[in-house]
Amino acid sequence: MGSSCFAGAMEAVSSAVIKNKDMLTDLDRVIGDADHGINMARGFEAVMKKLESAPPQDLQSGLKTVAMTLISTVGGASGPLYGTAFLRCSKAAEGASTVTAELAEKMLRAAIDGIESLGKASKGDKTMIDALEPAYAALSEKMKQGGSLLECMESACGAADKGVEYTKTIPAKKGRASYLGERSIGHQDPGATSSAIILKALTEYCRTAGKE
Amino acid sequence: MVGIVIVSHSAKIAEGVRDLAAQMAGDGAKIIPAGGLESGEIGTDAVRIMEAIQKADSGDGVVVMVDMGSSILSTKTAMAMLPDEMKGRVKIADAPIVEGSMGAAVCASGNAGISEVISAAEEAKDMKKLQ
Repeated sequence: MGSSCFAGAMEAVSSAVIKNKDMLTDLDRVIGDADHGINMARGFEAVMKKLESAPPQDLQSGLKTVAMTLISTVGGASGPLYGTAFLRCSKAAEGASTVTAELAEKMLRAAIDGIESLGKASKGDKTMIDALEPAYAALSEKMKQGGSLLECMESACGAADKGVEYTKTIPAKKGRASYLGERSIGHQDPGATSSAIILKALTEYCRTAGKE
Repeated sequence: MVGIVIVSHSAKIAEGVRDLAAQMAGDGAKIIPAGGLESGEIGTDAVRIMEAIQKADSGDGVVVMVDMGSSILSTKTAMAMLPDEMKGRVKIADAPIVEGSMGAAVCASGNAGISEVISAAEEAKDMKKLQ
């Protein structure tokens, strides 16, 4: 994936988030404050506008634009969390013009570290980390086996989906959902779901871009 | 003088708390509201908070008063984006936003240091409404 593909990849992510706006909001209505989809869609609509009005010079500056836009327009906790994730990706992408499997691994690790240090969440808290940590482990494993970027992303997606399923079995320990405690069991975490949606959109984009 | 930033999901809450605190602390206090989104919607905006912190800082530090949830994450994100030389003198008070801001503003207007201002804000946690 070259830097010219960056706009395409972000468009894929944005349209996936916007398409799933109601689903994410409905998930959040059950165990949160019913704004996750609305907030994420607002943020990614702003990202698309920003990237169209000022196309980035390179991967690093593009990722930074995404980060700053999410930080200031999402409005809920997912804004600083995803914003920080993209900001860390931007730092990891310094000097890079192409996303390789190695860079994808480095960026995903940096993103997760950013989310964990800001949100103080770890695996098993019923958060986006429950989708992202298994995704990273699977991506990293596939890379060690010599997998292509697409194969690595596919592994990551499969693991993220399993992580989302796992969030149904545990009580929430962070955010508004934690007030529900045991009553949050049985419901999947909206943040883990949006993380899986983003990874899936990137993977799908990788698949189509590879065919062109 | 220690500056104070009021972070709320609602711009009206942030401005209202600022008005109330400024009335108690007098004209000298530097209290900057950072509530809501630029669009006017409910939410928190780390960039807006970062700008408010920079505006509130006169070199003596800034205490940030927060309401809940993403106010805290957005403020931490704003603090991470500050210039390095400012990072050490900005703190979040673990205190209720209305009563805590009153205590902090009055204390700051008396030229107290940042740790005293934080304590004044956090004392509000134990305030009894009915004696």
